[in-house]
Amino acid sequence: MSDPAARRRAVTARGDIELAGLYKRFADGTVAVNGVNLKIEHGQYCCLLGPSGCGKTTILRMIAGHETPSEGEILIGGDNVLGKAPQQRGTAMMFQSYALFPHLTVRDNIAFSLRVRGLPKSERYREADRVIEQVQLGTLANRLPAQLSGGQQQRAALARAIVTKPRVLLLDEPLSALDEFLRLQMRSELRNMQKQLGITFVHVTHTQLEAVAVADQVVVMNKGRIEQSASARAIYAEPRSAYVARFMGGQNVLSGRVETLAGGVATLGGAFAVRHGSAGVLVGQELHFAVRRDRVRLERTIEAAASSVNAVTGLVHAVEYQGTYVKVALKLEARGTSGGEEFVAYVDEDAFFRAPLGLGERVIGRWDLDEALPLAEPDRVAIE
Amino acid sequence: MSAQSASDRRPWTFYALGGFFGLYLLFLYGPMLCIFVLSFQGPQGALSFPMRGTSLFWFEQLITQAEAGDIAGAISRSIPLALIVTVLTVAISLSAGLAFRSRFRGSNVLFYLVIASLVTPGYVLGIGIGLMFQLLGLDPQWYSSALGAHLSWTLPFGLLVMFAVFGRFNRAYEEAARDLGAGAGQILRLVIVPILLPGLIAVALFGFTLSYDEFARTLQTTGPTNTLPIEIWSMTQNVTSPSIYALGTLTTAFSFIVIVTSLSAIAAIQRRRTGRALDTGAAS
Repeated sequence: MSDPAARRRAVTARGDIELAGLYKRFADGTVAVNGVNLKIEHGQYCCLLGPSGCGKTTILRMIAGHETPSEGEILIGGDNVLGKAPQQRGTAMMFQSYALFPHLTVRDNIAFSLRVRGLPKSERYREADRVIEQVQLGTLANRLPAQLSGGQQQRAALARAIVTKPRVLLLDEPLSALDEFLRLQMRSELRNMQKQLGITFVHVTHTQLEAVAVADQVVVMNKGRIEQSASARAIYAEPRSAYVARFMGGQNVLSGRVETLAGGVATLGGAFAVRHGSAGVLVGQELHFAVRRDRVRLERTIEAAASSVNAVTGLVHAVEYQGTYVKVALKLEARGTSGGEEFVAYVDEDAFFRAPLGLGERVIGRWDLDEALPLAEPDRVAIE
Repeated sequence: MSAQSASDRRPWTFYALGGFFGLYLLFLYGPMLCIFVLSFQGPQGALSFPMRGTSLFWFEQLITQAEAGDIAGAISRSIPLALIVTVLTVAISLSAGLAFRSRFRGSNVLFYLVIASLVTPGYVLGIGIGLMFQLLGLDPQWYSSALGAHLSWTLPFGLLVMFAVFGRFNRAYEEAARDLGAGAGQILRLVIVPILLPGLIAVALFGFTLSYDEFARTLQTTGPTNTLPIEIWSMTQNVTSPSIYALGTLTTAFSFIVIVTSLSAIAAIQRRRTGRALDTGAAS
């Protein structure tokens, strides 16, 4: 342990994380984390995504060692880290508001962890300056945090966290203190830094686009449980539950009672057909399914063909131009839709403006059988 | 801006409250000004107006005249006492402030027990401490009984200031330090104390000035030798010259220097921290 190089080699080792049966109950009775099992491979960029209060930050803080689980195990690189200090775990955390020490210069902030280890000044400044170059803060090393812009503060906080060469970097809402423009810039910087360092990043956010933009693995959380953990693309395109489909956006969630089952296709209320694959679907049950908003075709009702399977009828009640496409929201008038929910179609810009739809127009939204994705019951997901 | 209508005129309450504030200033600074002016009374002058010339005669008297009282001795006790009180007040208030951040069992009761000392009449408390020392067979001294009496006065103030200071302290700093490998002692020394320094200076200022001019609690607890306020008070019993005003001017000037120094130190730290505020979007 006394040889810093050996210690560094030891901690840059595997940064895979395993959470097993993790619970966190607070003294006031709230259950922040309610039985979480999760595996994050070494060198992955993982995003914990969910609304506020879903337990994502508590999980991060438990991995960091700032919160103790009520139950369960946390393994990093195969070692049980419960009861260990953050530095012994090989983790480093970037705090939401960065928590840069206001009385120390950028260089002293970054050298702080080396200072508390008792490294001599010259050595710790050499190390700090190396990281300062890495995050391109060279000219600002002698400034105080208050003299930095938001983006620079974030880089300083990042540098402070990586100077000890952790095997896991934990980021608590790292972009929430920035304005929109900087957020886009800094998120790609974070992604590049993760690639460059090759260590595990665990990033907590409540912004869907942020998560899918940076992460290899997206973990969608709801009320202390994991709803789905998958690649960014799979989370977005193949949500497993109605919750995930709604939370990620880009999907319409519909439902109906199963009437017939034939050849792997369920018909719902005579209106929808869903290929349910191997999922155990029973006649008479309520089945939810999702249809991607960009896979819906809109037709004026006058032009509509007779067939009305896999189609909904409604009145246009909002039209929003989004640059490359137009978002058309319908108020559905017909059956089988989950209570009063909006049905949205993303219409290609050119197609829309060739024959623009007006507010109040009656239209049909159609999709192909293969676009209807069956969703699991909320409690079935939890059991899995 | 100036060409505004009647709606822009100030309401009568503005003038009423302004007048009241004027009275407040008059009662606060008027007497001090009188004493300041009278301390420069000519050698022939008396304890009251009119001035008979101006001189530094009474300041000289203060230093040379032995019968004026043991001023030097009183100062040599009051300043060390105030410094001891300052150090203890800062150390204890900081520790208590740290402890009170978590709601431990009985924390409310403890808080009210401490605050009760602010409403207890100081003179009565002083008598009580004197009696207690007598019962225990101890001699009251400025460095024992008076020190205790002063702390009973400064600690509640110190604690209240620390509450305000900790109310604005972001615990993420501590967590960040812990995350970076700092131990409890290092967190206190390298993070909490430096960040809270302006607040600690404010507590020190309270401790020093409250002790330095404490009278009611000191009267029965100072023992055979006097602190400065007691000495001044006993002088008023037998000295009937403007020397007493000269002393008032000097001690006020001293307090003023202490206060200005402390406040400038606080301002300097804050200015350094805030730095040149760049426009950084939502970063606060």
